[in-house]
Amino acid sequence: MSSRHYVDRLFDPDPQKVLQGVIDMKNAVIGNNKQKANLIVLGAVPRLLYLLQQESSSTELKTECAVVLGSLAMGTENNVKSLLDCHIIPALLQGLLSPDLKFIEACLRCLRTVFTSPVTPEELLYTDATVIPHLMALLSRSRYTQEYICQIFSHCCKGPDHQTILFNHGAVQNIAHLLTSLSYKVRMQALKCFSVLAFENPQVSMTLVNVLVDGELLPQIFVKMLQRDKPIEMQLTSAKCLTYMCRAGAIRTDDNCIVLKTLPCLVRMCSKERLLEERVEGAETLAYLIEPDVELQRIASITDHLIAMLADYFKYPSSVSAITDIKRLDHDLKHAHELRQAAFKLYASLGANDEDIRKKIIETENMMDRIVTGLSESSVKVRLAAVRCLHSLSRSVQQLRTSFQDHAVWKPLMKVLQNAPDEILVVASSMLCNLLLEFSPSKEPILESGAVELLCGLTQSENPALRVNGIWALMNMAFQAEQKIKADILRSLSTEQLFRLLSDSDLNVLMKTLGLLRNLLSTRPHIDKIMSTHGKQIMQAVTLILEGEHNIEVKEQTLCILANIADGTTAKELIMTNDDILQKIKYYMGHSHVKLQLAAMFCISNLIWNEEEGSQERQDKLRDMGIVDILHKLSQSPDSNLCDKAKTALQQYLA
Amino acid sequence: MKTGEFLFLLFEDVPILISDIFYDWRRQTERRTGRELAAGPSERARGTPQLLPSAPCASSRSPAAPPHVRVRRVPERPWPGSRASAGLDYSRLDAELRLGFEEPYRGEVGRRQQKEVKWEEIRPHGGRRRWPVRGRRRRLGRAPQRRELRASAGERLAGPGEAPPRAQHRPPRAPPAPPGLAAGPCPAGGAPAPALAASSSAAAPFPHGDSALNEQEKELQRRLKRLYPAVDEQETPLPRSWSPKDKFSYIGLSQNNLRVHYKGHGKTPKDAASVRATHPIPAACGIYYFEVKIVSKGRDGYMGIGLSAQGVNMNRLPGWDKHSYGYHGDDGHSFCSSGTGQPYGPTFTTGDVIGCCVNLINNTCFYTKNGHSLGIAFTDLPPNLYPTVGLQTPGEVVDANFGQHPFVFDIEDYMREWRTKIQAQIDRFPIGDREGEWQTMIQKMVSSYLVHHGYCATAEAFARSTDQTVLEELASIKNRQRIQKLVLAGRMGEAIETTQQLYPSLLERNPNLLFTLKVRQFIEMVNGTDSEVRCLGGRSPKSQDSYPVSPRPFSSPSMSPSHGMNIHNLAPGKGSTAHYSGFESCSNGVISNKAHQSYCHSKHQSSNLNVPELNSINMSRSQQVNNFTSNDVDMETDHYSNGVGETSSNGFLNGSSKHDHEMEDCDTEMGLQLDAFSLLAYSDPWNSPVGNQLDPIQREPVCSALNSAILETHNLPKQPPLALAMGQATQCLGLMARSGIGSCAFATVEDYLH
Repeated sequence: MSSRHYVDRLFDPDPQKVLQGVIDMKNAVIGNNKQKANLIVLGAVPRLLYLLQQESSSTELKTECAVVLGSLAMGTENNVKSLLDCHIIPALLQGLLSPDLKFIEACLRCLRTVFTSPVTPEELLYTDATVIPHLMALLSRSRYTQEYICQIFSHCCKGPDHQTILFNHGAVQNIAHLLTSLSYKVRMQALKCFSVLAFENPQVSMTLVNVLVDGELLPQIFVKMLQRDKPIEMQLTSAKCLTYMCRAGAIRTDDNCIVLKTLPCLVRMCSKERLLEERVEGAETLAYLIEPDVELQRIASITDHLIAMLADYFKYPSSVSAITDIKRLDHDLKHAHELRQAAFKLYASLGANDEDIRKKIIETENMMDRIVTGLSESSVKVRLAAVRCLHSLSRSVQQLRTSFQDHAVWKPLMKVLQNAPDEILVVASSMLCNLLLEFSPSKEPILESGAVELLCGLTQSENPALRVNGIWALMNMAFQAEQKIKADILRSLSTEQLFRLLSDSDLNVLMKTLGLLRNLLSTRPHIDKIMSTHGKQIMQAVTLILEGEHNIEVKEQTLCILANIADGTTAKELIMTNDDILQKIKYYMGHSHVKLQLAAMFCISNLIWNEEEGSQERQDKLRDMGIVDILHKLSQSPDSNLCDKAKTALQQYLA
Repeated sequence: MKTGEFLFLLFEDVPILISDIFYDWRRQTERRTGRELAAGPSERARGTPQLLPSAPCASSRSPAAPPHVRVRRVPERPWPGSRASAGLDYSRLDAELRLGFEEPYRGEVGRRQQKEVKWEEIRPHGGRRRWPVRGRRRRLGRAPQRRELRASAGERLAGPGEAPPRAQHRPPRAPPAPPGLAAGPCPAGGAPAPALAASSSAAAPFPHGDSALNEQEKELQRRLKRLYPAVDEQETPLPRSWSPKDKFSYIGLSQNNLRVHYKGHGKTPKDAASVRATHPIPAACGIYYFEVKIVSKGRDGYMGIGLSAQGVNMNRLPGWDKHSYGYHGDDGHSFCSSGTGQPYGPTFTTGDVIGCCVNLINNTCFYTKNGHSLGIAFTDLPPNLYPTVGLQTPGEVVDANFGQHPFVFDIEDYMREWRTKIQAQIDRFPIGDREGEWQTMIQKMVSSYLVHHGYCATAEAFARSTDQTVLEELASIKNRQRIQKLVLAGRMGEAIETTQQLYPSLLERNPNLLFTLKVRQFIEMVNGTDSEVRCLGGRSPKSQDSYPVSPRPFSSPSMSPSHGMNIHNLAPGKGSTAHYSGFESCSNGVISNKAHQSYCHSKHQSSNLNVPELNSINMSRSQQVNNFTSNDVDMETDHYSNGVGETSSNGFLNGSSKHDHEMEDCDTEMGLQLDAFSLLAYSDPWNSPVGNQLDPIQREPVCSALNSAILETHNLPKQPPLALAMGQATQCLGLMARSGIGSCAFATVEDYLH
């Protein structure tokens, strides 16, 4: 029979014949994508939807229509798109109001298929506010409604808004008891629901911890689902639930169900025996779980040779698969990127805090080479993960000086920084901060490849994280740098930008900018040179900050800048001639905070230092201001450091 | 293994037949579980040690003397556990029991209830044999026997030498370990280990009394049983402590040989010292696990935890020598039979708990630290390794946990994974390449089973619906069925008569069988059920009908499976895999070689090869086996009887000679007869210590013996192939255990008999 014929029969005046036509159509389209496409082209969908919605249609006919539509949705993405174009979703949702269970199930099955397709916007589920409560009510109807509804929820719950909607309609209570359902599919879909509900959602997570099902707390049920004889899918999903609940703060990281159950389970998911998809998910979830906790990182690093196990993630596609099995090669290729980025992510989490773990990671065979290769991969995901991994590892002084240098990591990194999306830039620039540390051998080559302009560009970014990283890197760069570099920085940055940064809303940016200033103003010739050109502006800025409402650290940093200025030969005069500043220094010497007293003390010491030219006049002037009395007072200070400084300063007067 | 499931799948259309079969299987399983539940109370009931047989005491339950056949009463012994499993209708039961005064024959319900009683009544054999007829004393002698058995299984390592004072009460004829035993138990796969045999035989016979069985040991017992249900501890005891004999002199032991400390100089690696556990790890564990807690790392923390074979130098740390494997605390390296280690895991020190898990399925080993698995350390491990620790500097102290305490690592979860894996492997095992072959085979098995037990109508219907031919003629099946019905109804006289009519020369050629039948007849006379005394009792024909004509499926006369099971159930240390050990020729430890030749099918050839070995192994068991056998009177029909080993000198007779054959027979028959006669010594034989003979369930072995004998004359197999297959599977598992194939741990036959 031709496709045309099937469609024609839908228009038969005899309802019985229409029904038979739909049933025949159902049998014809099952598993036949070509037939499905033909029928869609011939306009079967609108007619089926019409029959489905028609009051006069029998329930049986309606049900069969829903079944055929579900079958069509099972086909290609294009099929789903065509169905969506015919507004299938409202029609099916309307069908859920029917009293007939069979029809409801058929509608739900079709909805499930449509919603699980990547082309369907999940928002369609939330447009009508009555839909969610109705679905919640349908949860009690049968195991099929349970399965399909849970599946719809778990696919359509994207982001905190959806989580909140579902949560407010009692999703937790309604779905919790499905975890003990006799049907594996229902249990599984319910579990998946919880994993999407709990993700980064403290409210849901906190609720889940205390939910009782058959006298058992939900975390205990999840732990049971982690048991090694359970299907892998179930183990993995319940490990995700527990991970998300833990990251949302609902379960402590030292809880046994995390340390002894979830973590080992996720490590197992990374093993060679698992499917590639499972290994990817396992590694990503584990990376997420251990990210903030060094103790979990330590445990994971010793569990089942995880670090060596991850090295296998880079062996796809294997050389064997290329020759022997095209299908396998295809499969491997598809997952190769995912595997690599998951491994990098997990390495990044593992090496985030512990030096020994970093060492172990870098000692893994060809690790640095792999990371360096990863930096220049086409996939953004892999590049990002590789940069994150490298960033974790760059926190180690030893590695910076050895492996990073050996593998010229800076080269691909600088490339990554060109025209990269923000998310990569954030990580890459913060890694650059580490590479620009004074003891890093990469500093020179990075400077030569035009890092200054790049970083100065970052400080103008909209993204505060990028601004911080940019200025931070500049600060590191300026530390004990040559005059030329400092001049370069000042020139590229421009004083206007510098002052803009000093009034930045982000405290971190302010701190690092002050740090940059301080680093720029070190060693006498540099101080004099810079102050001679920018002295006025800098003094203004310092006054501004000391007068402003800032916290202790900012003020301390500013006083330190003053102290540095006071160390210059000609720059001293900028302070000595500014009574306002001198008064401020005096004020901070008597401040209640020791740190500020100490910083002010540095200023004074530098100003009255004997061996320098004109010290006598400065000492006299300061004596007149009553500084000596304060020094005497401070020499009695309980803080030994302060006391010593005061005494040394007094000695300068005596000499 | 899949038979059960397949049957269900294939024959949904004949549910009755199948449920019949499964009813029988289930009953066997239930009986076992029922008994286990019952064991507790019955044990306690006879808690107080009994006195010497020669010194009769005034027992509270003084057995009234006058033998009076006619006094009948249905013994009322509640068995909560077994009742529940048997699913009895209590109201009906009570009614029948009340009726029981008038009606000598008890219907199905009554019978089954009594069946459970049997488990309580099983007791060692020897005592009675020694003092026949004097029933009153026999009963006294029994309890300690039983206790001893249980104890020797449960507390074999309780500590050699300290025989509890109670030991002197034991009947003199039962030295727990006959001298010949020591050479016996050697694991199949490995070289004989004299030290092991010596230590196990030394440890086993001197158990502590109940008082010394402290909480820890009980917990240890419980945990080991749960972790390693497939291990037969009679054959392959589990490690429970460090061996005071198998250690270097620099090692000191304390706290029940669980704590190890170093007492040498600790100057050089030459001062290293190790200690092994008392026993090697049995393969039937499947997965084995122990933990060691570092109490103190001492001076340098040079501690090694691992495994080593018997005979490896103890003046070394584990891992340095051939067949020695260790994980060292100072550097975290693993040592695989080599002086140089490989980077393996983290270091460990004071306060850490290090676990060592041996996977006997793929012969690998991994360690755990504080409950975290560290990954595979060794592969291709040899069999029969001992848990081992080594220390090297002063102050190092470690504590072992062989199951005394809960483990830090969740080993049961790991075991679950492997159980699932093995079972999936079994489920997915490819069967029959050609279409329908497998199904035909299954159908044949079912059909032959039905025919064997004489379910003739069912067999006929089944054969018709599955297009099969029944080998035996219908009339013949019906005849057998008739005789079986008679035996099971206790109408022995009629049964004998019918047999003689239908199979004239059968009983003449089989005097032993005839004797057994006669003894049973005598018992039934006491019972009041035999046809010749029918008038006395007024047998109810109705109740006869209610007896289901379903002899227990796997009982074969010579094999007496039920006492195979009894043994296992009464000796807590024994694994459950061997439950059906009775089914196959070589399974019973006390079978003589002649028995083998007489009916071993070609199928059994593989097992045949192992006969000498099996026999030698089983010799060690024979003591216990024999302790039970004569109690099961009716089972003694077999001419390769078990009932010989009650004196220690007889222990080795079993394995070898057929000369003793006749003597055995006489012996057995004597025992049978005496047991039966001793019924007369009680006014209330049902409540007497020998009263279990009256239990209708005791008819079953007689029945199947007779059935098998008849089938043999027709040149038909003595056992249905289904039972053979089951027995073979069970045996195969036992053989796997002995050959070091660990997967047997997760494939018990019972798992497939739902």
